[in-house]
Amino acid sequence: MKKSLFILALAAATSVSALAGNITVKGSDTLVILAQKWAEVYMSQHTDVKIQVSGGGSGIGFAALQNQTTDLCDASRKIKAAELQKCIVAFNARPTEYKVALDGLSVYVNPENSLKELTLDQVGGIFTGKIKNWKEVGGPDAPITVYSRENSSGTYEFFKEHVLKGKDFAASAQTMPGTAAIVQAVMKDKNGIGYGGAAYGGSSKLLAIKKTDASPAISPTEETVMNGTYPIWRHLFVYVDPAKDKGEIAAYLSWIRSDDGQKYVKDIGYYPLPKNLRSN
Amino acid sequence: MNTLTPSEYLPEKSADTTRFTRNFRAEKFDFWSFFFSGLTGAATWLIVAILATILLNIGINGWSAISWHFVSTIPKKDFFDANTTGVLPMIVGTSIRVIVMTIFVIPVGVITAIYLTEYAANTSLLTRIIRAAVNNLAGVPSIVFGLFGLGFFINFVGKNLDKILHNTDAVWGQPALVWASLTLAVMTLPVVIVATEESLKAIPAGLREASLALGATKLQTILRVVLPQALPGILTGGILAVSRAAGEVAPILFTGVAYYMASLPSHLSDQFMDLGYHVFVLSTQSPNIEQTRPILYATVLVLLILTFALNLVAVLIRSNIRKKMRSMH
Amino acid sequence: MGIHRGHKARPAEWLAEKFIFLVSLSAILMVLLIFLFVAREALPVLFGETNTALVQKPIPPDEVDKHSAAELEAYLEITPDQLARMSKETLRSLMDVKVEAQNDIPEEFRNDPDARINTTEWQYLLKAHQWSGYDKPEHIWQPVGQVKKFNIIPLFVGTLKVTLIGLFFAVPLAVGAAIYVSQLARPRTREILKPVIEMLSGIPSVVVGFFALLVMATVLQSIFHYQTRLNAFVAGIALGFAVIPVIFSIAEDALTSVPRAYTQGALALGASRWQTAWQIVLPAALPGVFAAAVLGFGRAIGETMIVLMVCSASVMSWSIFDSARSITTTIAAEMAEAVSGGPHYRILFLLGALLFAATFLSNMAGDFVIHRFKQKLEGKK
Repeated sequence: MKKSLFILALAAATSVSALAGNITVKGSDTLVILAQKWAEVYMSQHTDVKIQVSGGGSGIGFAALQNQTTDLCDASRKIKAAELQKCIVAFNARPTEYKVALDGLSVYVNPENSLKELTLDQVGGIFTGKIKNWKEVGGPDAPITVYSRENSSGTYEFFKEHVLKGKDFAASAQTMPGTAAIVQAVMKDKNGIGYGGAAYGGSSKLLAIKKTDASPAISPTEETVMNGTYPIWRHLFVYVDPAKDKGEIAAYLSWIRSDDGQKYVKDIGYYPLPKNLRSN
Repeated sequence: MNTLTPSEYLPEKSADTTRFTRNFRAEKFDFWSFFFSGLTGAATWLIVAILATILLNIGINGWSAISWHFVSTIPKKDFFDANTTGVLPMIVGTSIRVIVMTIFVIPVGVITAIYLTEYAANTSLLTRIIRAAVNNLAGVPSIVFGLFGLGFFINFVGKNLDKILHNTDAVWGQPALVWASLTLAVMTLPVVIVATEESLKAIPAGLREASLALGATKLQTILRVVLPQALPGILTGGILAVSRAAGEVAPILFTGVAYYMASLPSHLSDQFMDLGYHVFVLSTQSPNIEQTRPILYATVLVLLILTFALNLVAVLIRSNIRKKMRSMH
Repeated sequence: MGIHRGHKARPAEWLAEKFIFLVSLSAILMVLLIFLFVAREALPVLFGETNTALVQKPIPPDEVDKHSAAELEAYLEITPDQLARMSKETLRSLMDVKVEAQNDIPEEFRNDPDARINTTEWQYLLKAHQWSGYDKPEHIWQPVGQVKKFNIIPLFVGTLKVTLIGLFFAVPLAVGAAIYVSQLARPRTREILKPVIEMLSGIPSVVVGFFALLVMATVLQSIFHYQTRLNAFVAGIALGFAVIPVIFSIAEDALTSVPRAYTQGALALGASRWQTAWQIVLPAALPGVFAAAVLGFGRAIGETMIVLMVCSASVMSWSIFDSARSITTTIAAEMAEAVSGGPHYRILFLLGALLFAATFLSNMAGDFVIHRFKQKLEGKK
């Protein structure tokens, strides 16, 4: 088996070198559709550039960045210290971080639920299991059913770090395989509560969120997410080895963050970067 | 029995004999016999009904959603969009990985089977170890094959290949079509070995003896007499391996499958899209379950047609071989 | 085929035979390699070389020179080779990253005793621990977050729960069907039924998972009225579908291999077909049927996609209507997001190695029983 492998490898090694000059993009599945859209538009404008996009997860993307198997790494979370160290070991420099889009996360409840708003602390209390009944937050007297994502999703991690402040989700939380499954479950369960991308709420009710007790309740809309008044949002990132950040790759990255590139972000359900964030 | 008096053939309350005699007496209408035959029969038909339900549900729902456009389109933007999506790259990806796998697994599997049936002494320790290894390989969880592919093929073979070939960028030390295929080849090795062995055993010893008696060497006998006869069996093994591998998702998760790729794989070191994985993605990651339901069903139907048709062929050939074997013994 | 001659006269033939012999060893080689390479990635956990303690004492970047190379290598998790090749600036920025990572830890975690624990030590992997924020010691699998909790017991419970439900469903059905098909059905019916049931094994597990997720979950919920739509019960039943053909094939095989003389003897003595099957054939074939169940267990414990699609919460609960997360599911779902080479990644490989060991043992046991059983039958013939 090994022998044939080597023959294959030798045959392939020659043709691989011809691929140089292409841009490869790898990483978060959250970003893969958007990255593909960008790649396509860009390739139609610049016929000499070839961009290859693949997903797998942010972790896979960072691993590929360390191994130099990809030029750009899409990530739905910030690079972790351990990954950063490995990158430094691999290419003697910190990878450059580019913010490429905004993602607002909303809290879904059943449309029959009379509740309209919650504070961030209340949301955290509900998802950690401290608050168990809707009446504790001014709703009807009914037990709360909590719907969450599986712990491999970037959404889960973000929600855990920023809304639950690092505490664990309630053990009673139901784990759903995707945002759509959460929305579906909340639509069927009038005591249900879930979270996910603001654009994917469907016909469920999106709660307005108050940052503190005193601040006003803000509903997730394009405007409130972009101006930062809605409190639950995150950046989506692209990471690149600074040594590679020139020529075609640099041109592509700056196009992504230009008006032209940003206008495709909304089609996928995320929000464009506010102007002041576009230059890094 | 007729000459015995009832007290002799039905000794009252004598434990063991009572049970036996009563059972044998009750041959005409035994409630329990009837009941349990019915129960096991019901179990059998329940399994058949489950199978039929799954197939009909997918067949009916899938058929109404499938179209030529669907199977011949490369999705360009959003593959959750029912109007523009297609599964061509997944069909191509699944087919290529399975074909590459076949190239690796068939020779190794067939040669192993030849050794086991034609050369090895059945009782030797080594033969028993090889058989135990084959059986074990068949029982290793598919996800462990995935880990193995990542740990061995990618992290060990691939990375060292890159070192040897002095690739500055990793070419082989990353998930790729060839690693997924090799992982699947390891996984399906037992399938090919067992099927080939079965067909080799079905060949009458007289045929071999005749060949040897005419002066052919052992190798010549195997190559010219035994193998041609065993061809249908080897074919079955290949088909079974292909159908098993085509539907497997877990082993390729870390070894080569891509969530999304805009173009078809053009190289053994490329990643690929896959039908089975696509079913998983569509059923769990869809932003709108109701909208993606038709394309999900259609994708499942395509996958089922691919694996099931192959399986059906294999089952038919195999039952034919078994019949032949039974009539020979 | 005991004719061995002409080897020495024909070197090509001799070579070919050696080649055939070598290739036939590949199955053994593969089993060894699988174990070796899955275990290799898990070794650092076994040897206690991983450290997940959140709060660590950073070495100020200015004091690089005060520390020995070995200390720096351990601190920065790099090899001596990497350290030797590293420029001063790189080393410096690596040290900075370490310090920054410590500074980024939220205030409430800095004083948390849990944050000083290396959660990959055996006691935290296996024993319940009272984590801050919990009322009592608990087994928790929460690999994502500031304090990573890697207790693998909930995954074992989840795996066993789903597997046992699957077997409870599959074994009676499959063995019943095997008895019916091999003993009671008419030959014509048997010819049709056998391949039909074996066709069930041709359905890819991802399709079974899809069917369970979309159709079965809804149907079962409307029958049993439990609260959680996707739970271990649904996953177990779906798993049963995947295991039925395995158990059926082996059990049917065992039942048919009982010598015909047994059946004929019983029937001649006036036993009914059912009595023959139940009192003569089944006891004779019992080891084979048992082996079928054991091999079915091996298959069920290793099934990935069905459980992955149907339920995935790692709850420590034996209730069948709660969710469950099996070992296979955990590996499949979390590998992509784990930091390559990090503790989480290593523990996933450790789980894979354990899984491999478990199926290895159940396969060995199953094969052993079948082997003995066949020998016994042949001896009696």
